[in-house]
Amino acid sequence: MLTIFIKELNSYFSSLVAYITIVIFLTAMGLFLWLFPETSILEYGYAGLDSLFDIAPYLFMFLIPAITMRSLAEEKKEGTFELLATKPLTDWQIVLGKYLAALVLVVIAILPTGIYYYTVYHLGAVEGNIDSGAVIGSYIGLILLGGAYVSIGVFCSSITKNQIIAFAIAVFLSFFAFSGFDSISQLLFLQKIDDIIINLGINHHYQAISRGVLDTRDLLYFLSVITVFLVLTKTILGGRKW
Amino acid sequence: MSVKVSGLFKVYGVQKAVNGISFEAFPGRVLGFLGPNGAGKSTTMKILTGYLPQTSGKASVCGFDVNTHTLDAKKHIGYLPESNPLYPEMYVKEFLAFVCDMHQIKNPKTRIQEVIQLTGLGPEQHKKIGQLSKGYKQRVGLAQAIIHDPEVLILDEPTSGLDPNQLIEIRKLIKDLGKTKTVILSTHIMQEVEAICDDVIIINKGEIVAHDRLDTLLQKHHTQNIEPIFVALTKEN
Repeated sequence: MLTIFIKELNSYFSSLVAYITIVIFLTAMGLFLWLFPETSILEYGYAGLDSLFDIAPYLFMFLIPAITMRSLAEEKKEGTFELLATKPLTDWQIVLGKYLAALVLVVIAILPTGIYYYTVYHLGAVEGNIDSGAVIGSYIGLILLGGAYVSIGVFCSSITKNQIIAFAIAVFLSFFAFSGFDSISQLLFLQKIDDIIINLGINHHYQAISRGVLDTRDLLYFLSVITVFLVLTKTILGGRKW
Repeated sequence: MSVKVSGLFKVYGVQKAVNGISFEAFPGRVLGFLGPNGAGKSTTMKILTGYLPQTSGKASVCGFDVNTHTLDAKKHIGYLPESNPLYPEMYVKEFLAFVCDMHQIKNPKTRIQEVIQLTGLGPEQHKKIGQLSKGYKQRVGLAQAIIHDPEVLILDEPTSGLDPNQLIEIRKLIKDLGKTKTVILSTHIMQEVEAICDDVIIINKGEIVAHDRLDTLLQKHHTQNIEPIFVALTKEN
């Protein structure tokens, strides 16, 4: 698994994929957080990183599928999957190696935003006047959210040989998983079970963790989403039907 | 014997790609796998390497069943797929190091130098795979197949795309490897069979139509060449 993981991470950083993703993510974050008046911390006037964590899920919705779209689709298209599959590796090692490499890239993209925390910390009217607990919770939530998106992305990459299709489906599924359930729950005839439906969506659990309370139910939810998509990916690969 | 196949079937939908094939292959011998396109050669090889699951029947490599002891079987196989898939953006040595890693080879550096020598990759070893000509890519494919010194080599059309000089070198390499290992190779070039194979299997429409030592097969049909035998056995009626 480590072999595949290192090879994947290498290929992210030896192509432009990694740098472009990180640069776009950080640029967009910087713009939203400091420049665009609607979301800017300076305009908002409160020492908090709320707008960062509100916008990040939507940015990730596009950036993460862009990272993951080639992971398996390309191996299948180029036939190199046959090379991997006939080496002494299990399908799980291949899937997990690919998954973890993409996840690490996402975490690397998130890390530099720590500077924003540092800045806001010192900008506070009383220095340090920021809810650090909530920020830490939000970071954990963001990484879990990234983990869920990556598993969706890797799965979408496994069902097709075409990277564009993998990207499009992954964007849609990620969007739906994040906020689709919230919207569905507002349908009139579903009013009675709207709690259950909202609970299925990522947003609900993401918001819960962002408050700084790490509930095992939320943690379990994210781990389940990740597991389900990775199991699906492994099953699709095992079928070898392409 | 190091490769044993018995009653192997592979069905795609309604099409029978492999229809009850049984054979054995032995160390120190090169087995030529002949047949028209679509006869089931590649499918059989893919089943042997644990890539495709068979519909029924058994296949084992070095005593390890490819379905129940897949990893052990794969450790003993060197496989060159037909399309020779490689990562074009990787450097030759980087790719070989990656393959060494998957096989958990000790001292990968020395082993990589050895296979670069063996396959004649020397002058091109610092390039990216994508920059290599087809013949050199084929050598990289062969290098990754033999890098872990496997007991069984399965080569699907290993000499396609090589120029005449490269052909001679690679055939010699395969023949040398065949002295100690079990080699199964498929090809469409009849002279190649005559040059390097000890045993021959001709398959047609998923079934074995001839399986013999090369010399016995030629004697039986009172001919010097394999080509007329191939045509007679696989011609569409």
